[in-house]
Amino acid sequence: MEFLRPATWDEALAAKAEYPTALPISGGTDVMVEMNFDVHRPSAILDLNRITELTEWSIDGDVVRLGASVPYSRIINELSGPLPGLALAAHTVGSPQIRNRGGVGGNLGAASPAGDSHPALLAAGRDVFVEVASVRGTRMIAIDDFYVGVKRNSMEQDELIRAVHIPVADGPQQFSKIGTRNAMVIAVCAFGFALHPKNGTVGTGIGSAAPTPRRAVEAEQYLQGVLAERGLWESGDLLGTEVIQKFGELVKAAASPIDDVRGTADYRRHALAVMARRTLTWTWNDYSKQIRSAA
Amino acid sequence: MNERSERIIQHSAWRSHRTSEARAGGLSTRTIQGQKNLQDIRQASKDGIGGSPLRPDGTLKVKGEFAYSSDMWHEDMLWGMALRSPHPRANILSVDISDALKVPGVYAVLTHDDIPGTKYYGLEIQDQPALAIDKVRYHGEAIALVAADHPETARRAVKKIKVEYEVLTPIVTEEQCLNPEVYGYVHEPHEYKSHGSGNIVHSQKLVSGGGVTDEIRALADVIIKSDYEVGMQDQAFLGPESGLAVPAEDGGIDLYIATQWLHVDRQQMAPVLALPEEKVRLTLAGVGGAFGGREDLSMQIHACLLAQHTGKPVKIVYARDESFFGHVHRHPAKMTYEHGATRDGRLVFADARIVLDGGAYASASPAVVGNAASLGHGPYVIPNVRMEAIALYSNNPSCGAMRGFGAVQAAFAYESQMDKLAAALDMDPVELRQLNAMAEGDYMPTGQQIDSPAPVAELLQRVKDMPLPPPLDLDNLDIRQIPGALSNTSHGEGIVRGIGYSVGIKNVGFSEGFDDYSTARVRIEVIGGEPVAMVHTAMAEVGQGGVTVHAQIVRTELGVEQVTIHPANTEVGSAGSTSASRQTYMTGGAVKLAAEAVKQAVIDKGRRRYGWTQSDLTLIGGKVVSESQGALISVVDLLGDEAIDLTREHHHRPTVPFDKETGQGFGHVQYTFCANRAVVDVDVELGLVKVVELTAAQDVGRALNPLSVVGQIQGGCTQALGLAVMEEIIVKDGKVRNASFTDYLIPTILDTPPIPVDVLERPDPHAPYGLRGVGEAPTVSATPSIVAAIRAATGLALNRIPVRPEHLTDTL
Repeated sequence: MEFLRPATWDEALAAKAEYPTALPISGGTDVMVEMNFDVHRPSAILDLNRITELTEWSIDGDVVRLGASVPYSRIINELSGPLPGLALAAHTVGSPQIRNRGGVGGNLGAASPAGDSHPALLAAGRDVFVEVASVRGTRMIAIDDFYVGVKRNSMEQDELIRAVHIPVADGPQQFSKIGTRNAMVIAVCAFGFALHPKNGTVGTGIGSAAPTPRRAVEAEQYLQGVLAERGLWESGDLLGTEVIQKFGELVKAAASPIDDVRGTADYRRHALAVMARRTLTWTWNDYSKQIRSAA
Repeated sequence: MNERSERIIQHSAWRSHRTSEARAGGLSTRTIQGQKNLQDIRQASKDGIGGSPLRPDGTLKVKGEFAYSSDMWHEDMLWGMALRSPHPRANILSVDISDALKVPGVYAVLTHDDIPGTKYYGLEIQDQPALAIDKVRYHGEAIALVAADHPETARRAVKKIKVEYEVLTPIVTEEQCLNPEVYGYVHEPHEYKSHGSGNIVHSQKLVSGGGVTDEIRALADVIIKSDYEVGMQDQAFLGPESGLAVPAEDGGIDLYIATQWLHVDRQQMAPVLALPEEKVRLTLAGVGGAFGGREDLSMQIHACLLAQHTGKPVKIVYARDESFFGHVHRHPAKMTYEHGATRDGRLVFADARIVLDGGAYASASPAVVGNAASLGHGPYVIPNVRMEAIALYSNNPSCGAMRGFGAVQAAFAYESQMDKLAAALDMDPVELRQLNAMAEGDYMPTGQQIDSPAPVAELLQRVKDMPLPPPLDLDNLDIRQIPGALSNTSHGEGIVRGIGYSVGIKNVGFSEGFDDYSTARVRIEVIGGEPVAMVHTAMAEVGQGGVTVHAQIVRTELGVEQVTIHPANTEVGSAGSTSASRQTYMTGGAVKLAAEAVKQAVIDKGRRRYGWTQSDLTLIGGKVVSESQGALISVVDLLGDEAIDLTREHHHRPTVPFDKETGQGFGHVQYTFCANRAVVDVDVELGLVKVVELTAAQDVGRALNPLSVVGQIQGGCTQALGLAVMEEIIVKDGKVRNASFTDYLIPTILDTPPIPVDVLERPDPHAPYGLRGVGEAPTVSATPSIVAAIRAATGLALNRIPVRPEHLTDTL
């Protein structure tokens, strides 16, 4: 097995071009587990740990550019203001040791439907982009075009993930995850939700309940419609149980889960409806408070 | 032993430290009741019995510096690896090892054809082939072995072994097992080595009083009958199976191994290796937990076969997934219980049938069945009893010993029955239990009289009287303290609190006529101007703290401060198994006997030399002391250059096998009882559970090391919590679906509640120092209290454990 250790981003791209089957590794919290269980035997490993820019983030105007290897613990500590949904999701990742090593780039690279970042990224809006690059150039892949199948993303073999561009939150965001124990657990299912008052949209993300992470499109459209028609963005008035209930049902309907060792499809659907209702209630309560205190 | 081996065994050499730091923490809730002990022991040392010196391995383990069996290394060492069956049931048509042998760096590829001796082994029944012979009976059964110069080389070679299988439909359900003419035999009748028949490994019936008949049933005002099910729990020890086999010049083998019973490992290994037992020498390596999972052999024979064949040291370390295939699990159970009581809550009769799935090989199934049958009606006085417990042979993973050993499954059923009975009678569940609780002088359904304290009703009262945790404060919510915790599923919505109670019974020591004696060697000599004692036993220290207790006993008995613990090996006689809550009782008892003999020898030496005639001589503070006349001489001066080195065996009182049909007999050495109160919060919408508090009260007879006692009780409760709400090996059609810690979940610190422990000390006059085995009772009793609390919160029946979110949300 080749072990490649590029010192710079350009060297990394060159290495990936030369060894397209090389498996990139940063924190190793996923790659090393799979290798330990002999699930993968990559012909080469591309170690990105020497490339320090991957562990940096910056804010340019309304967008956070999050380096692919910024560990979850730093997302929690440094970015819970601009990226509250992602920070909540980061809280649910593994153990403290794993949160110190793992980052969003690894989650995107593996593209597992159970990755904790995905629902939060989807909920953060359609204008979330994954910045990927190769010796051929740089591409910005919209998050909605990124997940294409079970553990498959839309990257080319010679491409590497450099960063994720996520709009700074302009409204409350939430993330909930079901696990059968109270910490350090792979998601049975997860749900991310965000209010985007600036453009009058809402964002959803479903995890572990379909072949890929996915958006609950009809639920988003229904809620956006209600919020617009009733002028709720302006008034901040209560949504009412009927709306919350309907939203939960639409989220549930958007999932296509399976039965597996972690849970049944029925439970996943049921839990998604509950999480959708609760996260909507929490975010809307926060939003109404903001509106009322501003008034 | 050569120099190289000496270096290796230093990993497992213990030196007990004297320190008082252990007094911090954990003990604030301890209350000591009743008579302190049976004999007046003058406490010469604060780190003698009753003290809580720190364990010598604690700090090393916390810092990651403890040398486990998987850390061993030897020059020229090879790595061993097994090829395992992907099928639960198949005929092996051919095994082609030629390609594997061609891999550079491979030294040997072995199949059962290469076994020099007997091909079968087993704890009680020798029905398990060391390597599969013509057929495989469970998913993960070892078929061939590879030794190579690197683990990766071995792994590649294993993949090159070609096995041709004729895959058969696995025999996995009770119905299939009990109908072998239709579904087949796991072991063909002519191959039977057990006393069972069909696909039954062992069965035990029990009848007492008038049994259970329609006439008896008619005496009851209320009858409750239910089915219960317990999933397959794993010991989930953290240190995977591992060891190092070193061929010796005399043709024998030295094996450094993490195990629970060195001598029985050897007894099973020697015939397979075609070696006399004295040429198979075992030394205990650092053990990373056991809980029963190391009672059976795993890689012992495999490493030795490869070492014999190659003439080189061979190390085997299981990966985590292999570990799940490499040891037995707790028997899953299906149970039917029927209880009848009078209107005022007195039990009239109890009837039960317990079906345990033993899997492919016998392992400890017969003894587990004996426990299930004899303990399966709980710590209650029931005038009329019937019971049948059986263990099946199936193509599921083999099941055997795990903490609680046959008593755990039944406790879930009988305690659930008590709650249902209380509900039907509109009685307080604790009062119903207390009304029927057994006490000293009462009889077990086996006819054995309880001849030492059995404060069952008091234990229940104690957990009931403990202050309750405060209710959930929704205005000041700490999300880590509610169901889901940082997964952020609730901010207080849907959460309902429930409280549940339970009590359980467990035996201590091996039962049914087994003489599981222990041996200890104690030596005293002067080193560096100080009297120093050494304790040498074959006791497997698996984390229970036995090495700490041994040093405490010697300090107390010999009045010395410095005690070293010799590495555990087969140079000294058997210490029995580190299981059945027996080591402090049995090997601790042997250390006490040996230390007493050494004390007597020291005093006799003085008598001979100085003509002492006093009858009140003892050893305190490094001196021979007469109670009436004070110190006579220091041990240093008395011993000079001479060492006194004596070995003693400790046998518990004899027991007898249970009658096959009636279950009657003086079958158990000692009984132990624990009661629990569980307080849980359930998110009833999402089916998530947070155990808020798990209180325990246990009678330990005498706490030799109170800190360790509390630790054992808290650990046992935590393992019981795991069974209640998450731990299960999921097996479908004979295949294990979750052989990893990603999907076999054990409690994290966020799942583990505060566990206040109330320790009672009611001495058992039959036991050394009056002590009672501690480790298992809480694992038996705590699970049902948690399920009862979840029932209280949800109103659901919950007849199966572990309770999953699906059970609580009707989404199974």
